Amino acid sequence: MHNIRIIYKRELDGYFNSPMAYIFLVIFAVVNGYFFTNTFFLFGQSDLRMLFDIVPLVYLFFIPAVSMGLIAKENNIGTMETISTLPLNTYEFVIGKFLAGFFLILIGLGATAIHFITLASVGTNVDYGAIFSGYLGLALMGAMYTAVGTYASSVTDNQVVAFIIGVFLVLVFYMLDKTLVFVPHSIAGIIQFLAVDYHLSNISRGVIDSRNLIYFFSVIGFFIFLTIQTLEVRRWK
Amino acid sequence: MIKVTDLSKNYGTVEAVKSISFNIQDGEIVGFLGANGAGKTTTLKMMTGYLVPTSGKIEFNDLNIIDDTHEIQKQIGYLPELNPLYMEMRVYEYLEFLAGIRKIIGRQFKEALSRVIEECGLRGVVHKNIADCSKGYRQRIGLAAAMIHDPKILILDEPVTGLDPNQIVEIRGLIKQLGKEKLVFMSSHILQEIQATVDRIMIINQGEIVANGTSDELMSNFMGNVILNMEVKGAAPETIEHIQAKVPSVKFVSLNTSNDIQQIQFEYGKDQDPREDLFRYAVENHWTILNMTPHTTNLEDIFRDLTTESDTHA
Repeated sequence: MHNIRIIYKRELDGYFNSPMAYIFLVIFAVVNGYFFTNTFFLFGQSDLRMLFDIVPLVYLFFIPAVSMGLIAKENNIGTMETISTLPLNTYEFVIGKFLAGFFLILIGLGATAIHFITLASVGTNVDYGAIFSGYLGLALMGAMYTAVGTYASSVTDNQVVAFIIGVFLVLVFYMLDKTLVFVPHSIAGIIQFLAVDYHLSNISRGVIDSRNLIYFFSVIGFFIFLTIQTLEVRRWK
Repeated sequence: MIKVTDLSKNYGTVEAVKSISFNIQDGEIVGFLGANGAGKTTTLKMMTGYLVPTSGKIEFNDLNIIDDTHEIQKQIGYLPELNPLYMEMRVYEYLEFLAGIRKIIGRQFKEALSRVIEECGLRGVVHKNIADCSKGYRQRIGLAAAMIHDPKILILDEPVTGLDPNQIVEIRGLIKQLGKEKLVFMSSHILQEIQATVDRIMIINQGEIVANGTSDELMSNFMGNVILNMEVKGAAPETIEHIQAKVPSVKFVSLNTSNDIQQIQFEYGKDQDPREDLFRYAVENHWTILNMTPHTTNLEDIFRDLTTESDTHA
């Protein structure tokens, strides 16, 4: 735990010691804010549904961009060698990195609370439960995409390549349930279960089912495991 | 003590290190010398646990690098080649980060920081961003990072590459100083660098150790025959070419004549000195000696011979 915290803190300091975190957060806030407020007063509905629809789309590019440098940069500048020769477990390194990336996503998500405050002050009959579960769904989705992005960052030394791999992988999860009409009935259930949208929409509706939570935690665990294996295998090459 | 036994590393079908074995005793400064691509860095990476050997053993006292990786890494300070650093961090932040992973925190860290600032001469730059430090200072930061936990063993990969002559002298002094208390294993492809700093030299070529010993041992083991360059006037060619009949220890090598001056090369064994006999022979045969210069093999010639000989075999 001690080492995870140190890796996490260094990574987070790295984000905020460079313009990167600020640029990402401003872009995230502006894009979400623009699309949300555009229709919020037009529809006149007291919910954040529009926000909960737009954030998963912004995530598709935002999270791979946040996570692309997590490990690829260490490989690229050579600091991975210093890290690998410290008495540090690979899992501690990977989890510390993942948590730092996820925390930045949470800050971005937290910044959208301004829309919630607007809603709470001008709206009527606000369903706070649905808003809570909507945010929970987005946080889980953010964690899942960060795990995928961390893995993408571990397979290459090049951040741009890591970004492209990351976008591709999260797009696969995002698009899976859009392909349901094209797949045979026998595997449609499996495809639907693998699709992130299916679980997100369940949680966003206010149904916090253990199956949905298990899905998110399994995918996060799976990609963190893959990342650890990728880094371990490099030592044996 | 470090004991390396039959260590090999293959990258795909390329054999980077071929079954090398050596020992290093505590308190020794050992130089690992080889041309670029000879296998030095691969060996060091295996010794620090960054790469896993294809076969063979690396032992630090009773610990094995495969089974006790972290225990060994606690005892090692490693300066990688090219000295990678987090440029956006301040010097003390970087050292604090590394110390943190080694569980050196709070007061212990403050003491360790003062020690490495003193030893590595970092006083003026502790609060600076690493990116704003000169290359010489960055090298010192790399060394400080390797020493923050006061390790018993220092493994330094090309510690002076890219530094200017003054910085090289400073870092060399620092390494010598450190070598008084620690086992230091440093690699370089520059012979003079190694020769000026270490107690013992190991030469690696194409993944194999081709020499191992002190400068003097290498000289006596690998020194070839002495080449004697002479410039003479008035010597009959047959008296030059058949010199061995009268002076048996001397062998004729070559003769060039220009402007009445004959430039001759003779060769004789490193343990002999037949120059007096040669002088008498020259007088008997009416040569006028203008110059007589013996050329003995130096360590650089030995290094070049050892690291090019196998190239021609390959």
